[in-house]
Parts: sequence; C-alpha cells; structure tokens
Amino acid sequence: MSSERERREILIATIADLLDGISHVAVGASSPIPAAGAMLLRARNARDGKAPVRISILGSQQHNFFTNGGIELFDCAAQGRVDAFFLGGGQIDGQGNINLVGTGDYPRTGVRWPGSFGSAYLYHLIPRVILFREEHSPRVFVPKVDFVSARAITPEVRRRGGPYALLTNMALFDFDREAGGFALRSVHPPFTPADIRENTGFAYEEPEVVRETPRPDTATLALLRGRILDELAETYPAFARTMKQAA
Amino acid sequence: MTEIVALEALAARVAPGQSLAIPVDSSGVAMAATAALLEAGIRDLRLICVPISGLQADLLIGAGAIASLETSAVSLGEAGGAPRFTAGVKSGAFTLRDSTCPAIYAGLLAAQKGVPFMPIAGIIGSDLLGVRPDWQVIDSPVGEARKVVVVPAISPDVALFHAPEADRAGNVRIGRHRELANLAYAAKRTLVTVERIVDRNLLESEDSAAGVLPSLYVDAIAIAARGAWPLALWDEYPADEAEIARYAAMARSEEGFRAYLSTFLSHRKQVA
Repeated sequence: MSSERERREILIATIADLLDGISHVAVGASSPIPAAGAMLLRARNARDGKAPVRISILGSQQHNFFTNGGIELFDCAAQGRVDAFFLGGGQIDGQGNINLVGTGDYPRTGVRWPGSFGSAYLYHLIPRVILFREEHSPRVFVPKVDFVSARAITPEVRRRGGPYALLTNMALFDFDREAGGFALRSVHPPFTPADIRENTGFAYEEPEVVRETPRPDTATLALLRGRILDELAETYPAFARTMKQAA
Repeated sequence: MTEIVALEALAARVAPGQSLAIPVDSSGVAMAATAALLEAGIRDLRLICVPISGLQADLLIGAGAIASLETSAVSLGEAGGAPRFTAGVKSGAFTLRDSTCPAIYAGLLAAQKGVPFMPIAGIIGSDLLGVRPDWQVIDSPVGEARKVVVVPAISPDVALFHAPEADRAGNVRIGRHRELANLAYAAKRTLVTVERIVDRNLLESEDSAAGVLPSLYVDAIAIAARGAWPLALWDEYPADEAEIARYAAMARSEEGFRAYLSTFLSHRKQVA
C-alpha cells in the first residue's frame, strides 16, 4: 500500500498534468491538493520556460492578484478569463452533476454539507472544471445526486463551462460532454479496474486496457516537496505541515 | 456623521428581527462585536453571509440568535464542517435560504444600484432554483435572446465587519477587500469595528484613498483590539488555528458548544 504522502503526491502531480496549457486557474476554499497542483504547474512552467500560469486562491493574500473584492473571480469567469477551476461534492453522479448541500429531503437533509458555494454559477462558465473528490466510494459516486447544486450539462442554455475530468483517490476519469458521462482514463497504484467498478455507484465507460496513473518523476517530486509546500503554507498551514512532517 | 462608540454601544445598534450581513472569514470578521451581540442576548436575526461564513455564523446559530440564514455555505475551512450549522439544519432551528456566492453579490449589487433585481449568468439546471422561489428564470428582455436568472435585491438592515483602522472622520481602510464596500453600499446601516483609530486623514492621498470606504457609508465605529480573533485580520494577524480547531471539537455537542461559548465570551471581556 502506498503511503499517505505518495497518495497525495500522485494527486497533486495528476492535477498539474490536467491543467497543462491553461493560463489562469482559480482554486476555491479548503482545497490544498488542487492548490498544490496549480502551484506545481506554475513552478514547472517557469522552470521549463513555458507560458506563465496565473493562480487565484480564494482567501489567500499572497496567491491572489484580484483587487475588486469577492465578486471579481465571478466576474472574471463570466468574461472568460478563468480557464480552470475545481469542484467537489458530497455526491457526484454519472451525469457529472454535483451535490454540495446534503442527502435526503431538502431542507432538513439527513446529512448536511456546507453548501453550494459558487458551483451553480462557475460550472456554467469555466471551461475546464476538474471534479476532485478524494473519497472513492458508492456513497459519493451515485447514480443520481439527491440535490443538484450545479448541473453538468444544460442543453437548454448555451455555456462554455462544465466538467473536464474527475480525480479521486483511486482513479482518473475523463468527462465526455457529448455523451454526458465519464470514461475511466487511469487507475492509481495499487488499485485495479475491478476496485474502481466495485467502488463506483454510477455507470461509466471503461477501455479494454486501463493505464496506471503515472507516479511523479524525481524532478517533479523535488519541486513539490520543496518550493510547493513552502508556497502552500500561507493558505493551508496545517496541510503543508503534515506533508513536511511526512518527509 | 460617523459616530465613534464603545463596543457594547455598537452592538446595541443591532435589534432583534433585523437582517444582519456579515463577510467571509478572510475579509475581516467582527468577532468581538459578535461576542458583544451574544452577551446582549440578541435574538431572531436574519443572517446574510456574504457570501459564506464560518465560526461567526456557527456561534450565532449555536447560541440560538438567528431566525433565518441566507448563505452559499457555512464551513470552518481547514478545521472542517460547521457543527452548529449542521445540527441546526437537521433540527430545522432556522429558515434556510441556500444560495450560491455570485447570487449574493448580485443581490447586493441590485441594492447598491437601487433596482429591484439583478440578472446573473449560470445557475440554470441547479436545484437551488427550486428551493429559492424568489429567484426567476426569464427570457432576456433586451440584447441576445437567451434565458437568464434574476435574483432580488439584498438590502440588509445592518452590515457588520472588522477592519484594521479608521480615521477620526470615520473613513475605514478596507484595502482591496471591496466586498466590504459592496456590503456597505447595499446595507441600510453599517457598523465597523477596528483595531485602532488613526489621526491622519485616510483620504489624504490617492494611494490611501483607493483602499478606503468613505465615512458616508459608515454609521458607527468601535475600537476592538484583536477584534477578529480567533479569525485572521489581513495584514495584522493570522487565524488562531488551535482555537478554531478547539471550537470545532467542542461544538460537536450542545454541551460542548455551551462550554465553549461561555469561555469565548469571558475571554473577550478580558481583552476588552
């Protein structure tokens, strides 16, 4: 079994790969792994002389260039100036709909989560939304969410935004906006495609040969364990500390 | 004119039944004033989180101070879920008006501009439209033919936040936290706590004035040293992570919450 640190490092490196080619990525509240992935892409592009990457981390002073208050991220997304964002969900269904509100009958939901945040809006407007949810289980990945905080596809309205991929502790899926569903892209070691089938409550496409998610290379790990954790500490001190301690 | 008053006098300007708008944790949260409100036994607030809240909303909920809650989320961030919010939703302790962040800003913007509603992109397809009958999907009456969501103006009775400093005239330095200005423009009254009052005029230079909320929008100011504690105040002090984690653990039970609340209130008194 891979260690907790290795697990997180694969996720962070996978996120950096998923973001490749973007120029502005925004990261929401309480998202240390996505933030680390965005920072890794930025550091790697800078190292390799590639196009610079802008990162906006909500709630951060240092990693935030907005000057027009809380509304600016949302305005920026509406103007098409945010290329990528992350959303999670207490439940995510096979159609890519996400539930950040709770299970059971609204409003007195059996389980209550924090709330929809900006999801209902940003899902429509940001082209590359990466769904990120560490827990990979049938209670999270359900056939149909109990409450749609944000809908993945709305044929009745034109939109540029929507899901691009789904990343979990066990696997990486692509989202096909035409078909309106997920396809398994790769499985993180040590898991197998059978583990994914067993722990996913919705139907998805599975290729005949399923790749293993690549482990980060030595140079990537050096960046990640050094510069990235230092950058991360301002916004996510507890997370950065745990990762450092594991080193 | 902006009045400079004692913290208790500032808190006394919030009346039961009023709508109270509060900012997100990173903007500057008036925690000392929240303690003063709870000390005064405030009840039946209609709380509006702009656009989300954490410890402040959870304390007000746990203390039974709110009748309704409009928010896009309540969370303690790295410390996890907000326990009294979660419990309150389950028991139906308050009327819940679930929202999404930009819809709250759009509602404030409508009030800022003196119009009854504001159109907003996205949202279509979300179940929020079903639980918010006050939101509508309309055919755009002008321009490109398309569906668009409209949300009603949000005009809070009172806005309350904490900032590093104000000058003697009541101009408040808000830095680039323009959401605090949006709050004040939309609210009928704005109450601000500050770390200190400075003698210089904050509108003196262009550099300084750019980050200032003019006193026109500010009704009363009170000094509250470390007034956002245990939350952070930008450029002044970081969040007290250990204290927030302690809250998160204690507030899991009703008794634990009561115990926390009582120490929190007495701690605030000692600081004052």
